[in-house]
Amino acid sequence: MRRYALRFVALFYLAAILVAPLGIVFYRTFADGFRPAWEALSTPETIHAFKLTLLITVIAVPLNTVFGVVCALAIVRRRFPGKGLLNAFIDLPLALSPVVVGLSLFLLYGRTGWFGGFFERHDIQFLFALPAMVVATIFVSLPFVAREVVPMLREIGDEQEQAAKTLGASGWQTFWRITLPSIRWAVIYGVILTTARCLGEYGAVAVVSGRIQGETETATLRVEERYDSFDLAGAYAIAIVLALIAIAVLLAMTAIKPREEPA
Amino acid sequence: MLPIAALVWSSRSEGRQAFWDAVMSPQAVAALKLTVGAAFLVALVNAVLGTVTAWVLIRDDFRGKSVINSIIDLPFALPTIVAGLTLLALYGPQSPIGIDIAFSRLAIVAALMFVTLPFVVRTVQPVLSELDQEMEEAAASLGASELTTFRRVILPNILPGILSGFALGFAKAVGEIGSLVIISGNLPYKTEVSSVFILGQIESGNPAGAAAVAVVLLVISFAILLGVGAVRHFTTRYERA
Repeated sequence: MRRYALRFVALFYLAAILVAPLGIVFYRTFADGFRPAWEALSTPETIHAFKLTLLITVIAVPLNTVFGVVCALAIVRRRFPGKGLLNAFIDLPLALSPVVVGLSLFLLYGRTGWFGGFFERHDIQFLFALPAMVVATIFVSLPFVAREVVPMLREIGDEQEQAAKTLGASGWQTFWRITLPSIRWAVIYGVILTTARCLGEYGAVAVVSGRIQGETETATLRVEERYDSFDLAGAYAIAIVLALIAIAVLLAMTAIKPREEPA
Repeated sequence: MLPIAALVWSSRSEGRQAFWDAVMSPQAVAALKLTVGAAFLVALVNAVLGTVTAWVLIRDDFRGKSVINSIIDLPFALPTIVAGLTLLALYGPQSPIGIDIAFSRLAIVAALMFVTLPFVVRTVQPVLSELDQEMEEAAASLGASELTTFRRVILPNILPGILSGFALGFAKAVGEIGSLVIISGNLPYKTEVSSVFILGQIESGNPAGAAAVAVVLLVISFAILLGVGAVRHFTTRYERA
């Protein structure tokens, strides 16, 4: 049966590339029980790395959410010069290598960069410190909210908003009472994707962080550091935590997706 | 935008000659060739297997299909460095199934396939689910073979989806770093891709050389975005007509 052949090809492909490797890592991590994994996770450097990743995410996600919703509103509801350009550039972080993003920030804020002198004069540590890592993370996770909200805004149309306006609602009221409730699932979906991207960012942060252990090392950088120091168990343990977060993200996405469809 | 401007400006700060010397240095050229070649191959494989997967998810029915459907998004949710580590666990030196492709070009292809897997599936799936099966039945009743039906009826409809998935996957593969730093081994001239090359240049204190190669990647990204925009423009015009 050709149908079964196709099914087999698709499932084998997914199993070989996605499921089996992840399964092996789970198995290897917990082959000797939970204790070694737990010990690997509770070293001060690893705890610090997770805290730093969380801190960056907590700063980046709200900023990107606001920016994404504003951008989506501008793209769908307004007409202004350069709109086509904004529409095209919002996808740029998706098509651009994170390393290139990191390098751009490095050149802009580095000692010889355009803004480097400013920060040096005011004695602010920007590069190889939290600010640069936050900016890099914001850059790479920028488009996700806008990309989810734009199609949603197009679909709901602006009739309700206009009705609110004719009834005397201010722009602010219209947004909070009409627009936001109808796009909320798209926003939440975008926020989930943004969070996943922030937690997992590697390339851009690798360039601008300087990877100082216990200071500017995020969880993903810590995975590589552990691997390079031949501490495979440590690398696996951190990877498992990140993978569990990813699986939680998947579950949240699956739970939300059906509601996104218009009733 | 400013960071991008700084990047372009910095790549030219030492003159056009220095820029070309940096781009044309043998190591940079080898890395670029490998990056583009591997990304193209992976995008091609994904275009075929991604379409098959989307087909199975829409037209086939079996237990656990919804689980498979959510698993497709795993590469979007999983940090890429974790992806690299997991692939190394299965296909590396300690492979339980005896396949050791670690630190080879094949490993790069495998890692890129992992991270770009969802693109084609997710662009083809919605088109396929809206496709009217009556058209296929009509073609079949008029005597078209299954292959002809696929080629003349289904493929023209899903081709724009395949193309934009192909392009997005290609762009992602060209820029990929996280999953490759561990599994590729980063041997210059052999398994060092451009993004890893750029990272290496920065860390060895040669930001101008890094910027030159980065500008090449930037141009590729822009070209792909324009291409995707063109496909989108063409297909919406096609729908309106």
